[in-house]
This record gives sequence, C-alpha cells and structure tokens, in this order.
Amino acid sequence: MPLVKLKNITKFFPPNILANDHINLEVNVGEIHAILGENGAGKSTLMKILYGMLQPDEGEIYIDGRKVTFRSPRDAMKYGIRMVHQHFMLIENHTVAENIALGMRTSIVNPLKEVKRRIREVSDSYGLKVDPDDYIWQLSAGEKQRVEILRALIDDVRILILDEPTSILTPNEVEKLFEVLRRIRDSGKTILFVTHKLKEVFQISDRVTVLRKGRVIATKETSETCEEELARLMIGEIAVNGINSNKSNYSGNGVVLEVEDLHVLNDKGVTAVKGVNFKVRSGEIVGIAGVAGNGQRELVEAIVGLRRAVRGRIRILNRDVTKASVLDRLKLGLAHIPEDRIGAGVVPRLSIVDNILLTRYFEKTFTLNSIIINYGKIREATREVISRFNVKASDISMPASTLSGGNIQKLIVGRELSKNPKIIVAVHPTYGLDIAASSYIRRMIIDAGNKGAGVLLVSEDLDELIEICDRIMVMFEGRIVGEFSRESFEPHTIGLLMAGIGGG
Amino acid sequence: MVKIRIYVRRRVRTSLKVKIVSASLSTLAAVVAIVLMFHVLGVDPLYAFNRIYMASLGSYYGISETITKSIPLLLCGVGLAVAYKAKVWNIGAEGQLLMGAIVSGGLALFTPLPPQLAIPIIFLGGFIGGALWALIPAVLKAKFQVNEVITTLMMNYIAERILLYLVYGPWRGKEVWGFPFTSRIPSYARLPVVPGTRIHYPTLIIGLVSAVLLFFMLSRTTIGFKVRVIGESIRASNYAGIEYSKIVILVMIISGGLAGLAGAGEVAGIQHMLRKGISPGYGFTAIIVAWLGNLNPLLVIASSLLIASILVGGDAIQISIGLSSAFINLFNGTILIFLLLNYFLSEYEIIVRR
Repeated sequence: MPLVKLKNITKFFPPNILANDHINLEVNVGEIHAILGENGAGKSTLMKILYGMLQPDEGEIYIDGRKVTFRSPRDAMKYGIRMVHQHFMLIENHTVAENIALGMRTSIVNPLKEVKRRIREVSDSYGLKVDPDDYIWQLSAGEKQRVEILRALIDDVRILILDEPTSILTPNEVEKLFEVLRRIRDSGKTILFVTHKLKEVFQISDRVTVLRKGRVIATKETSETCEEELARLMIGEIAVNGINSNKSNYSGNGVVLEVEDLHVLNDKGVTAVKGVNFKVRSGEIVGIAGVAGNGQRELVEAIVGLRRAVRGRIRILNRDVTKASVLDRLKLGLAHIPEDRIGAGVVPRLSIVDNILLTRYFEKTFTLNSIIINYGKIREATREVISRFNVKASDISMPASTLSGGNIQKLIVGRELSKNPKIIVAVHPTYGLDIAASSYIRRMIIDAGNKGAGVLLVSEDLDELIEICDRIMVMFEGRIVGEFSRESFEPHTIGLLMAGIGGG
Repeated sequence: MVKIRIYVRRRVRTSLKVKIVSASLSTLAAVVAIVLMFHVLGVDPLYAFNRIYMASLGSYYGISETITKSIPLLLCGVGLAVAYKAKVWNIGAEGQLLMGAIVSGGLALFTPLPPQLAIPIIFLGGFIGGALWALIPAVLKAKFQVNEVITTLMMNYIAERILLYLVYGPWRGKEVWGFPFTSRIPSYARLPVVPGTRIHYPTLIIGLVSAVLLFFMLSRTTIGFKVRVIGESIRASNYAGIEYSKIVILVMIISGGLAGLAGAGEVAGIQHMLRKGISPGYGFTAIIVAWLGNLNPLLVIASSLLIASILVGGDAIQISIGLSSAFINLFNGTILIFLLLNYFLSEYEIIVRR
C-alpha cells in the first residue's frame, strides 16, 4: 500500500489555466520521489494541494489508504506532512530556537531549554549543523533551509516536501543537503523533491514522476531511466511545422540589437549572464530557449535597462546604450513584454486607458508639449488595441484589475506591438493563454517582424520557438550553449542542451 | 463545526447607494457615541450640539473662523495629497510650515523690502523655506533610500526648536515683556483680510488655486501620471522608464513648499509676528485632511473646511459648555474615527463566508 496516493487531482485557475489535469501519483514509504517538470508544469500546485494550501477542484488524497480532506496546512501537518517552501517562513528577528519553539508544545517554564536540547539531538543525528542561538537574519539562505528542515524533523515529519530546494544553494551546499536527505530517507521518512533539474533527479531520487502541462507523463524508477529519456518526457516530442512559411526575408537588413560579451549579476550578486554575444537584425525573430533560472531574466533586464551590465556592451540601432536609462531605450523604439505581467507590465488599479499610456506617455502624439496628456488620442489608441487584439473589456475607464489574466496579457502585448517598435523583447508572450489567443499573438509577432522589427523571444516553450523563430539560441547557466538556424532546427538536440546535456 | 470566515476586500468601484448607506451609518453611529459622551458628563446633548453648531457653522463669526482655520489645513493638505498619491509619506508638513514661517517672518522683520513687493516676496520666501526643509528628507530618500517617515517626522522637532531658539533668543522683540515673540512685522508686510474677519484672503486664494492646479496636474499631465504610477507600483514605474527619484523630489518640493506658504500666511495674515506656538499642529491635522479628501486636491478643499469646523466647534465645548480641554480631544478624536469608518465602509466591502 502506498503511503500517499493522489487520485485524479484536478485544479483549475480561472480564467483558463488548468494547472493540474487528473493527476495520479503514488509515493511509497521511505523513498525520495522526485517531481520533475518545467516551470508551469503544475509541480508547485500539486504540492500545495498535498500540503493543504490549495484545495483541488476534483480528485482525492489517500494517506495510508485512508481518504483525507485537507482544508489547510494545519490538517496536513496532523498527518505528518511538512513543506519547505522556496520562501522561508521564519521570523528574522528571532533566534533559531525561538522560531522552532513557535509551533511546538513545550513546558511553560523555561521552554527554550527543552527546545535547544531537541535541536541538538536532531541536528546531531542527521548531520544538520545549526546553532540554536543564532538569529535568523544572520543566516545564509542554505542555513535557513536547514532550520526549516530541522523544524520539520523535530515535528516528527513523515512526508517532507521540498520545493526546488537547490535553487538558492551553492554547489557545496547542494552536496551537503543531499547527504542530509539520504539520512532522512534512511531513517524511514519519505521525501517529495520538486525540481526542474535533470542532474539532481539522478543524484538524489529513487523514483521520478514527470509532469508536463499539468499532466503526469510518466513515473519511472530512477535507476531504469536516463537523462535523454527524461528530457524528452519533460519537454515533449516536438514537430516542426510550417506556420512561419510566409515570413519575408530579412537577411541583409541592418542590425537593430547587438549584445557583446555581456556579463550581468543576479539579485544575490552572483554572475548570472556570463559573456553572451549575439545580434538581432531588422525583421529577424531570434529565440532564446532555456529552462527558467539560467540567466534569461538577467539578460532581458540588462537589455531593457532595468539591470546594470558589469561588463560588455549593448547597442540598439548602433547606439551604445549600455549605460542608458530605460526611458532612453524606450524612446529609441524598444518594446518590452515583461515576464511579470501583473507586477510590472500593468498598474492594476489604474484604468485601462492609463495602462495603454504606461509605455507611451513620452510620445508626442499623446501629449501637448509633452506636459498635458491628450486623453482623446489615448482613448482612441486604447480602443484600437482592444479591437485588434481582441481584449475583452467592457469599459476602458475601468481599472485594469477588472480584466482577466489572459486579457491583461493581450492588453500588454497589444500595447507593445502597436507602438511600431524597432526591437521587441518578449518574455513568454503566450504563457497561460489558450490556443487561439496564443497563435494570434504569434501571428502578430511575425507581422511585427515582417514590418521590420527585430524580435528577441525568450520562452521555455520549445514548440513556440520552433514555430516562429528564424534562429534559436540555447541558454544554459548563463551562457549560449548552442545556436540553430531555421534550416537546422533539431528539437531533440535543443531539448538536451536546455537540460544541460551535450554541447560544448 | 461550521467555520465562518470574514474577509475584507477593496471595492473596485463604489456605487452611490453604498456611499449614501455608509455615510448615514457612520453619521448615526457618531451621533450616538457623542450623545452618550455628553450624557455621561451630565450635559444636555441637544444644548451641546446647538452651542457647537453656533460656534462653527451657525453664525457669521463661526463661519469666518472656520474658513480662517481651513487656510493652513488646505495648503498643507493638498500638498500632502500629492505626496501621498506617490506613496511618499511626508509626515513633516508641520516642520515645513514652521520653516516657511521662519523664513517669511525673517524677511518681513529684518530685510528692507520694497512695500509693493513685500507680500509676494514673503510668500515666495515661505514656499522656499518649506521646500528646502522638505528637500533634505527627499534627497536622502531618493539617493540613499532613507525612510522618509522617520526623517520628515524628526525634522518637525528640529524646526520647532529652531523657532524656539529664535523667538527666545536673537529674534525676540524689544517690547514683548519677556514673551517668546518677535516684534510685529511692518504693516505693509501684513496680508489684507475680509473686513470684520480674520480671513486673510490672498492665502486662501493661493490655496484654492493650488488645489485646482494640482488636481489638473494629477489627472491630466504626464507628471501627474508618473506620480500615480509610482504610487501604485514602483516596479511598473521602473518598467515604464519613470525616474523615481525625480518624482520623489518633486512631490516633496510641492508639499513642503505649500506647507511653507501656510506658515507665511499665519505670520503675515494672523499673528503679524513670529511666536512660540504659531501653529497648533496644522501640519499634523493636515495628514487627516489629505486622507479624508481621498487624496483628491479638490475634495481636500471640502475636507479642510470640515476639519476646521470641528476644530472651531471644539473650542466652543471649552468656552461655552465649560467642559475641560481634554474633552475637546476626545470629541475631535471620536468624530475622526467615525469619518474614517465612513471611508472604510465606502472603500472596502466585508464578506462573510461559511
């Protein structure tokens, strides 16, 4: 009998995201079970359902063969389930012992003494080095993670869920974490290990379940599979189809974007882009393929001016813009479809009209002496975007927050494409949209290319890249590890390069 | 066991019906609370209401006093509304008002101003004094991410101490019998008033014009647009290429400058001198005025009048009903709580779910 059995778990996020689609999963006692999938495959949603943070629309959860219903994590904890999130749930101004004491039943008199004793006991037996008297704010990300794991162990966890635990760790810390996880498993506990990194599946797991687009693709014994097979399962079989056939020829056009030996740091001060070089010509659509977290975000932010380059050059229309402001680059004809749409791409509480103005407030057409806004013109432009991109909006003076997620996305894409930009930097422009809307947006991007814009398209969806790009570059760990022109697209090789296999 | 969960959610839009219901509910609750308070203290509530009304809005004098007190509240309030719209939390209007008063008072007392230009120069000096005082925390915030709540708040006390130093020390007047006052400013530097009142109308006109201009700025200009975007989402403003530090400095200059004008108005229009206690906390009260006006400069005109009438009416409690001055604070505080209740009910909805 499996320890955990998930049956037909389905979770729908309105308006159109089916995050989990009839998922069946069995986890055995004492195994490390990896949940593998790309971003958006539904891994986190599934784990949050098992942890009681989300409630499924359909499906059942069985623990020890008994059907259970979790209304909140508190219910899940009663069954010994604990989850360590990517963002830690610790109080920075308290010590390790105080944090662990919070949630524990202890004596009223000098409770910390007992807590500290338990911490030492547990940390010794699993090799988790933690000083109970350290303040949380003094700890590195890896140490905080240890505190979270320790807290779960002290709570007599049976099923430990780790959500992308290595994303914040240095290679050394990863090795240490894996040692601890093996000890935990050997003591008879069960671990669910969420990841998108193939390498780790083989380093740590006993079995692996692959998710793609909300569905379970396969569950395998780790020892009976190989990296190539998992990569194929994770990314999918890809067929080149010819939608892009009516693209006009761009060769011989001028370069609109040039990146030279670019080095960029991420938020933690670690080099995330390590010497990237490429050119985008007018009319060309260049794709950047890669699993999230391999430097794409930092690359895009450096190109649009939101992040400083520590080395190298960026040229837009042959002008060196390495140190130029975002505004200067926008004025040169740059359009940016950002990854974080709700957070950056729109201002939810401002009107739809104001949101069209957001990246166009400096244009002469919309202002009088660039001081007074011509709302008549802006309303006209808004109606045009709404009708051309089929945004479902009843009243353009209503806040953008009244639109559904998909319509917000169409609004942003429409706004950026209707500016007649010279360069378009688009990050996952169709993520979360239904098929009709996606193919329409792809068509509009191709049209923009045909009108002379150079397009840099960052996407994890290889189908999409192959469908519309003239050229695909694969990014892995901050470097371009492969480049393919349309005549030589090899989805299989690209998929492997994305997963860090092969290449130079 | 059935669990009942209560959520509070911001309304997308407030319908007229909701506005009327929430205003009536809050007013009713406020009246009940205040009637109870008077009852406990053995004062006939009807008599008390009558006295308060007569003192603030029910007589010519009361109305004129309400308008007089609304002037500094209006000037400080509209400036703060613009700053708060950008989520720049200027708590320092009081200090900025005092610096405006000091600079304009200094100009009036110690510089040989040409009489025809005296009043414009005094106003300009007030604006610059307040704006410079606000510029210090603005630059600290824009360049070094220093929290403006702390700096603007603390600079209030510095400004107050500077004023006290001046009126107790080097600027103390020769014929003030030891009071912490300066000499009186020359008559050509005093503001004209509406006859029979203390309404120094030049300052009032500046306040009204500022409110209209700032309303226009916020709703129709690119600068106002940038202020609104920054206030809603700093990340979106970065994405759109809006320069955060420039806008922070701009709104602080506007709000500090207008508070400084209020200070100049008090010196040249009311006190005709610099003195200890030149402002009974107008800069702090203006924070409430700005919020009560929903950060809309035109509505701030109304909220400054409303709060001024409460201040004037509160005085009547002490003078003609004979209750202690502590009760004024209780009375004002109670009214404010119910005003905020009205704001809460009309902006948020409460959802009960099982």
